[in-house]
Amino acid sequence: MNVRSQISMVFHLDKCIGCHTCSVACKNVWTDRKGAEYMWWNNVETKPGTGYPTLWEDQEEYQGGWEVSDGKLQLKSTSKKKIVFNIFHNPHMPSIDDYYEPWTYNYEHLFDAPASDDQPVARPISQITGELVQIESGPNWDDDLGGSPVYAANDPNLEGLSEEQREQLSSVERLVYFYLPRICNHCLNPSCVASCPSGALYKRGQDGIVLVDQNRCRAWRSCVAACPYKKVYYNWFAGKAEKCILCYPRLETGQAPACFHSCVGRIRYLGVLLYDASRIEEVALKKDAELVEAHRSLILDPNDPEVISAARAAGIDEAVLESARKSPVFKFVKEWKMALPPHIEYRTMPMLFYVPPLSPVISSRVNGLVDFDSTEFFHDIDESRVPVRFLANLFGAGEEREVRYALRKQKAVRWWRRARTAGDVDQETALRMLAEADCTPEQAEAIYQLTSLCTFEDRFVIPPMHREQVIEQAQSPQQARSSAGFGFTTGTARSI
Amino acid sequence: MFDTLLFGVLPYVAMFTFFLVTIQRYRQRSFSYSSLSSQFLENRRHFWSLVPFHYGILVVLAGHIVAFLFPRELLAFNSRPLRLYILETAALTGGLMTLVGLTAAVFRRWTTAKIRTVTTVSDWLVYALLTIQVANGVYVAVAHPWGSSWFAASVSPYLWSLARLTPDITTITPLPWGVKLHIINAYLLIGFFPFTRLVHVLVIPNVYLWRKPQVVRWPGRPYPAS
Repeated sequence: MNVRSQISMVFHLDKCIGCHTCSVACKNVWTDRKGAEYMWWNNVETKPGTGYPTLWEDQEEYQGGWEVSDGKLQLKSTSKKKIVFNIFHNPHMPSIDDYYEPWTYNYEHLFDAPASDDQPVARPISQITGELVQIESGPNWDDDLGGSPVYAANDPNLEGLSEEQREQLSSVERLVYFYLPRICNHCLNPSCVASCPSGALYKRGQDGIVLVDQNRCRAWRSCVAACPYKKVYYNWFAGKAEKCILCYPRLETGQAPACFHSCVGRIRYLGVLLYDASRIEEVALKKDAELVEAHRSLILDPNDPEVISAARAAGIDEAVLESARKSPVFKFVKEWKMALPPHIEYRTMPMLFYVPPLSPVISSRVNGLVDFDSTEFFHDIDESRVPVRFLANLFGAGEEREVRYALRKQKAVRWWRRARTAGDVDQETALRMLAEADCTPEQAEAIYQLTSLCTFEDRFVIPPMHREQVIEQAQSPQQARSSAGFGFTTGTARSI
Repeated sequence: MFDTLLFGVLPYVAMFTFFLVTIQRYRQRSFSYSSLSSQFLENRRHFWSLVPFHYGILVVLAGHIVAFLFPRELLAFNSRPLRLYILETAALTGGLMTLVGLTAAVFRRWTTAKIRTVTTVSDWLVYALLTIQVANGVYVAVAHPWGSSWFAASVSPYLWSLARLTPDITTITPLPWGVKLHIINAYLLIGFFPFTRLVHVLVIPNVYLWRKPQVVRWPGRPYPAS
């Protein structure tokens, strides 16, 4: 057992209201710079939809992630042989057109325009060339199903859905959509790191955050192609790769990342997971259908004395272990099995998990009460407007079992709380539902607490990052004192 | 006198600048070492210009290096006409590929608005020097054939004399002006090299081919080699 600690995340999709506050917070802090205008380290997609960059889930096109060939794990995009030949031109790299050409408006014209019969207007100009542009699409062009015949209809997750289900997704009275906020997953088996010819990308040993060492990045761009989630970006001005840094400067000072901190729907949870690094490869080689469970099996119980002693032996700080025991992520992912990794079939072992969303169902009322007399309590999960198959393509590698389990438990908790508070469901029915959903009343209460009444401290359990120790190990504190701050101070000129 | 300046002094100035500035730049401004790829802004023409250019110039450079390092062996190899013809054809093909790719790259940079915005003076300098060098190189290959042999016989001894710090320019002064221009321009390229994006040649990744896939950095431990 090789115990490591990882800052992990849960996004509770049932709570996401699609307000994009996370995206804007991130944009303001990190990517409001030349060359980074088009980047959204955090973005929120409408599902069904094609996402950002367009059709990022289509790995036939982008060749992101890993594949198993001859019993060995290999990068889909750049094997070591291929990289020698593809170094001058990366055939699977998305270009700016796959994202969008960033634009602003020539507001100055409102002030500078010569006298005229017409009101001056601020026209859109490209943030790359500064020339006037005709806007044809942009990020979230398909927000709330805008343009669904083009966008929603081409969602790669529709694979395996019947013709009837597809039609229903876009028929007027049964429309449905949900939001998918996305950041870097800070994977256990990151394909961006494995693909970097310069070794510029790395995973931090102490907390698992994946970063780009920009002083080593030489713009070979393999990472952009290799990340199946398309969460590594190329700064076209600086000639360097950039990605979500999980706001590590904030984490190191005990603050939640900007997107987490600003989340209006309080859908985001952050905490430590302990995992067994020695089994990553073994797990990544499993069959698609076994992946979700195998991935979960990597996560270790921080209350297990054996795990604790192995963690101590691996040099994990006592305070981090303490934090792991309080981790909301551990509860959602391991204890309750309600949070699932996105597209685990890419085999990067993402460490961001999603609680799949419940969606409206066709319900019937008897004497003003919701009819719950069906012999099967969870029949509506199969009748929900978002087909389970669709969610399974997103969160279960095509396997419906795990998704159905998470949805059933969510529904059971809702009905349990309804029996307790509204009283339109009787206690006995609620208890039977809990039992069928593999949940105890105590667990249901805990799920309810952490879902609905969670405070800031419940959602973000940030371990002490011990910067002082890191600094002491690297250089004398006396020296560090005079160089405090983030990053380097030289500009991003393209030559000297 | 003029020849001494161009062929006896200029190479040392160029090499001195090359080593001083590349090392200083790597140590002080490692961030600026980048291929500054523009594929992200324009994908299709990038393929048709940058791929032939790079493969072409690799062939041509390899030829120059072999002729410099193993002149005697090369002359012996060329003693059979068929081998000489093959070598000559390969070199000319490489040169033409480079020229076509380079022309396409210059054209692409000039006509694509997005790429013009990320173009600096040093980029145009690189293109100007490279265009002169490659066009002149193809001209030399056509106008003065059997270069693999006469290079080994006259230019290699001169280059070795430079390397031994005993410059002897007698073997190259009688060469035609086209060849002389090629040599002078090469020194200019070497001299300006460290100030341009060409430095990416020095940081081509090789460790990648045998390193472990995943890179983990721990505080207080040295970074994994790469």
